[in-house]
Amino acid sequence: MDISPSTTAPPPPQDAQPKPISHKAAARGATRPGDRVFLGLSRGSGILLLLIMAAIAAFLTYRASIVLSKNEGNFLTTFEWDANAIPPYFGIAVLAFGTIVSSIIAMVIAVPIAVGIALFITHYAPRKLSGPIAYVVDLLAAVPSIVYGLWGALFLVPHLTGLFSWLDQFFGWTGVFEWQGGAPRSLLTVGILLAIMILPIITNVSREVFRQAPQMHQEAALALGATRWEVIRMSVLPFGRSGIISASMLGLGRALGETMAVATVLSPSFLINASILDPGGGTFAQNIASKFSEATEQGRDALIASGLVLFVITLLVNGAARAIIARRKEYSGANA
Amino acid sequence: MSHALNTQTPPPAPSTLRGARLPKWAPYVIAAGSVAAGCGIGLAGGLDSRIQWGLIASILFLLVTYLLAAKVEGGRQAKDRMATSVVWVAFLLAVIPLVSLIWETVARGIKVLDGYFLTHSMGVLADTDVGGGIYHALIGTLEQVGLATLMAVPVGLLTAIYLVEYGRGKLAKAVTFFVDVMTGIPSIVAGLFILSFWILILGQGYSGFAGAMALAILMMPVVVRSTEEMLKLVPNELREASLALGVPKWRTILKVVLPTSLGGITTGVMLAVARIAGETAPVLLLVWGNPLINTNPFDGPQASLPLYIYQQYANSAGSPAAYDRAWAAALTLIILIMLLNLVARGIARWKAPKTGR
Repeated sequence: MDISPSTTAPPPPQDAQPKPISHKAAARGATRPGDRVFLGLSRGSGILLLLIMAAIAAFLTYRASIVLSKNEGNFLTTFEWDANAIPPYFGIAVLAFGTIVSSIIAMVIAVPIAVGIALFITHYAPRKLSGPIAYVVDLLAAVPSIVYGLWGALFLVPHLTGLFSWLDQFFGWTGVFEWQGGAPRSLLTVGILLAIMILPIITNVSREVFRQAPQMHQEAALALGATRWEVIRMSVLPFGRSGIISASMLGLGRALGETMAVATVLSPSFLINASILDPGGGTFAQNIASKFSEATEQGRDALIASGLVLFVITLLVNGAARAIIARRKEYSGANA
Repeated sequence: MSHALNTQTPPPAPSTLRGARLPKWAPYVIAAGSVAAGCGIGLAGGLDSRIQWGLIASILFLLVTYLLAAKVEGGRQAKDRMATSVVWVAFLLAVIPLVSLIWETVARGIKVLDGYFLTHSMGVLADTDVGGGIYHALIGTLEQVGLATLMAVPVGLLTAIYLVEYGRGKLAKAVTFFVDVMTGIPSIVAGLFILSFWILILGQGYSGFAGAMALAILMMPVVVRSTEEMLKLVPNELREASLALGVPKWRTILKVVLPTSLGGITTGVMLAVARIAGETAPVLLLVWGNPLINTNPFDGPQASLPLYIYQQYANSAGSPAAYDRAWAAALTLIILIMLLNLVARGIARWKAPKTGR
């Protein structure tokens, strides 16, 4: 395949990529009006995207600052949400707690299972099955969150009483799994539902990484007499570790910002409870969705303030995940 | 392996190299046995949840496999079998909720999903009454998603073209980074942004258009990413050939690059549409919901399919009629999205760009 370009186009043999030339032509010699307009349009939309991001941060900060200056409570430590009152009294302590706890539960459940499924697809499933399974997992990533929410509220919740009473019976003494016997609409339920929801995305990303694991390493390990599990542990998992981490963080970003599934499943209460089976806590996104309809303008500003916190958290998590992926790209380039 | 040779010196040397192995049917027998035992223990212990039966069965399966393999085949093989079983169990564990989700939606949704349901709105019906439909919500969803697509696709396409065809330097790097970051914005934050600037600051009312703007923000990065991937697949020889003939760069992009990658771009756009069609949170904040038919997305609250599901669930105080409608709407939404997905993937397969190799 190397031959045809060199024989058909001998004049510029030193330029394997034509882009530098065309770029120069576009930038300096953009004499043609069509080119100038087109470059302007496409650069303009790139800039528009940046502007939108900046505007999101700016407008949220602006509206949040209006209400935060009036807030009587401490935004970070107050355990109440009385944002419609004059003066408003609210804080995000409970929301932060609920968001973090439910996401941690979701990650603890989802990451091992997702890695298992990814390994199943790439290394364990019969070859004929692995394609369709991967396809189905792809499709499941497209199921809207509200459907997960509906299923969670009407199917999962009634089926969790058994698990909850079992946990209470045997692990109630830890305090974390104490259960007063209310409807199982607690942070644990949310965590389980979120875990199911983020399974597909974690599976997809880690599957891609496992698939790229160097075939030579695996064959070398096999040739030395390693079992399949040893091959995976010695050559696939080390290669895929950063991929798993970034996949998990992408999943975490989704779990943190998930709104409707949490809003339908959780019965929120503005207190922090040591037990994850009893009502207690809410999440940022859920609080916004459920408090929104009765919020005054000031109440909305307060919700926007909590949304700003969520925005910043997800930015950090996603940014970190992308940074890890980008770093891995360099490594894998060296490996390939 | 060498000590296996030393300890087992008897004549058939090749077979001793492999050591003892469990027969091929062993895993199936163990699986059947542990499922039976799980059901038995569940019945005997009076456990009411089938999930617990399954858990008992899978733990039994793991234990028995490990112990048997450790006894017959040795530690390393036992670990290997353990890992295989764990991976299978992980897969089955994940399949259960996902299959159940689809099953429940289809089984419960099919009850009221018929022609009447698709062609009538809720009108003045109370949420607890039987009857009513999703016509207004379908119209709302189609209009909002359509408007969002109209806004997001040109911007997304042009940005991708900028990144692939022109992009060098700091601006392109910044755009790439923020497109990545934008992919992770929670939908509710996009909704809050439009709320703060369109409704609170500009003083506009709730409308389908406000929701469409938030949806467009969610859609743009997806379109940019997928289009970028597709444009990168277009072989450089095509660009060179066109430029060498003296065709201006913009016409090269419009007439050569874009048509070559059109199939892939269409797929990406349709997947993005499928993604935003199910978004509820921004619609809840910006479109507000409306039981009546409102065909004008620029004026007044509209309905939308995902929002309809949520409201039927949340505002009905447990009325079975409303739950039936919610399931039926969920089924409609899933069918819509799956159709979009299948068609998109069909186009991708059909028009897969030739990479020149």
